[in-house]
Amino acid sequence: MKTTSVMIAGAMTAAMAGPVAAQTEIEWWHAMGGSLGETVNKIATEFNASQSDYVITPVFKGSYEETLTAGIAAFRAGEQPNILQVFDAGAATVIGAQGATIPVQDLLVDNGIAFDIEDYISGVRYFYADSDGKMIGMPFNSSSPIMYFNVDALEAAGVTAPVTWEEFQDVTAPALVEAGYVPMSQSHMPWIFTENFFSRHNLPFASANNGYDSADVTINMDAPEIRDHFEAFKGWIDNGYAGFYGASWDDNATPFQQGEVGLWLGSSGSFGGLQKTAEFEFSATYLPYWEAITTEPTQTFIGGAALFAMSGQPEEENKATAEFFRFLTSPEVQYMWHQETGYVPITEAAYEVAKADGHYDRFPAAEVGIQQLSLPAGEWTRGYRMGFYVQIRDVMNREYTRYLTGETSLDDAFTAIKEESDVLLSRFAQTQN
Amino acid sequence: MKRAAFSQPLMPVALLLPQLIIIAVFFYWPAGEAIYSSFFLQDPFGFGSNYVGADNYTRLAKSSEYAKVAGFTLFFTVLVTFLSLGIALLLAVKADKVIRGAKTYRTLLMWVYAVAPPVAGFLGALLFDQNIGPITDLFAYFGYNLQIGLNYNDTAFAMIVVSVWKQIPVNFIFLLSGLQSIPVAVREAALIDNKSGTRRFWDITFPLLAPTAFFLLIINITYALFDTFGVIDIMVKGNPASNPITLVYKVYTDGFRGSDLGGSSAQSVVLMVLVLALTVMQFRMLERRIHYT
Repeated sequence: MKTTSVMIAGAMTAAMAGPVAAQTEIEWWHAMGGSLGETVNKIATEFNASQSDYVITPVFKGSYEETLTAGIAAFRAGEQPNILQVFDAGAATVIGAQGATIPVQDLLVDNGIAFDIEDYISGVRYFYADSDGKMIGMPFNSSSPIMYFNVDALEAAGVTAPVTWEEFQDVTAPALVEAGYVPMSQSHMPWIFTENFFSRHNLPFASANNGYDSADVTINMDAPEIRDHFEAFKGWIDNGYAGFYGASWDDNATPFQQGEVGLWLGSSGSFGGLQKTAEFEFSATYLPYWEAITTEPTQTFIGGAALFAMSGQPEEENKATAEFFRFLTSPEVQYMWHQETGYVPITEAAYEVAKADGHYDRFPAAEVGIQQLSLPAGEWTRGYRMGFYVQIRDVMNREYTRYLTGETSLDDAFTAIKEESDVLLSRFAQTQN
Repeated sequence: MKRAAFSQPLMPVALLLPQLIIIAVFFYWPAGEAIYSSFFLQDPFGFGSNYVGADNYTRLAKSSEYAKVAGFTLFFTVLVTFLSLGIALLLAVKADKVIRGAKTYRTLLMWVYAVAPPVAGFLGALLFDQNIGPITDLFAYFGYNLQIGLNYNDTAFAMIVVSVWKQIPVNFIFLLSGLQSIPVAVREAALIDNKSGTRRFWDITFPLLAPTAFFLLIINITYALFDTFGVIDIMVKGNPASNPITLVYKVYTDGFRGSDLGGSSAQSVVLMVLVLALTVMQFRMLERRIHYT
């Protein structure tokens, strides 16, 4: 049955294609809307123009979650695209489904393209890799949480951007309040204040080597450090040292863009957008850390998303995908992507091109993300791998917000996060067999 | 008595078949799939699946979070149904009495009907926005700090306002035409019997309007349970956190966002049973009291 239909399809294609030279067409499903989507289209157009053997078609599929869901549904129906963009929280789902993707490292090597993981900047090397360090997904739009500051606000308050949270609560925040600003807001509690809290302080985030070694994993949300951090955060909100506007990204970013908030913890990828909207001088620096926890802060995790080569495609299409990855990781394309969007360049070579071109002399804040990702690595900084993680993030957002608005206690919030997350993790482990 | 019958036994079957096929393909098959997968935990990509018995259901029964969402759904549905029917009835009765400029007036009241739920949600989200929303500014003027997306009650309030606003025109159209179909003779007879407008409304007009109102009640409950999805999605900006959500929205967050197919299948089976029970109950309890003319 299947062979017959394949044969018929083959015959039809052959009949229709006729004598025209065969260009291999591949499809790329992504979640980059707005101006990011335009840059994605630009990359595709340039790739298509750069050679005549392959044609790539980017297709916008909505939010990260919607894109992953569309990819899963398509895979189950045998209609999957060649390349699927999957975000950080979905990494465990797509990497766990071995056989759904071709590890990018194998894809490149099999198609005769040189691959050396050391070419990539240290912060992005292992986030989308398996426990043996083999790269599975190609990091694409990589970002890290950094701290933006309103230069005028800090000047008016007579302080500099805080390096540690101790400095923030003892020096920076009181001075900013005095100067009439809300000192700080942040846009993503699970990503900035949880996942990267663990990596910045080099703390284990989950059992089984942060989840890399096994799906049988539990989350370390009972660590005293993270509880203390949120207790401090609530204290700041209560005494006016921090603004809290809920779990929405924009609701917390807008007050900074309007010049009401002095410090804003956002994404290094927010740089391009801020440049267009902020009417004041701003800059950025590393995510602060607690000196009480460590005096040697480490690098952060990458956020954003990676590109996965879906399996079940013909050889020549895989070859086209590999060629596209080669094009995408070239220093010139990476530098263009970095300049237009603020996402970090993923290779050392591209970083060098940006430096040589004087990009960071013009925009010092654009370099902060990549510098932070290149800080010393620690045992727990390469990434985390947990299934049903989108739901775990939902639980975190729910309980954090309840705690911060006084609906529940610190104990109850963290107990709920720990218990519900561990149940989700064990349920995910049951799907993997 | 003579029984009307088809001479060929296969004819009725053939006539029914298209309809039956449609129901089977679009209802029984997916419903069956949902029931089947609610007993499994599946790898999203379809590589592995584990039979877990009724585990997905017992988990729901034990979850205090699920109970909370169910509680909100009940509260939300009752309030949205009651308010959108009540306000629409008031408007329809008043519009029915207008003589001069009646058409303009009615058109203006029906306008909102053309707005799609996500657009309504988007308008609501803009009006209620924490930082730039005019309604937020209005509340601030009266000294209340409205925080949609942060304060549970504030978000619930905004969701109910937008959902009711969206539904009033539909009810209005039906109720108005229901009112206008009441014969003038009946009204005039009532006017001779009783001078009190309120009494005449409850004794004569309302019972005659009952078939329309009953139909609308069912439509409105379904609307509040299912069609408000777009409004809720936009209001919570795809990130529910501690904000109120309904059962349908939870199926979406767990199944589509969270890729938990078994868990969300169990939830949709629960919803299916709920709707079935609700419909049976409505027809058993309410329809008996209604007289169709």
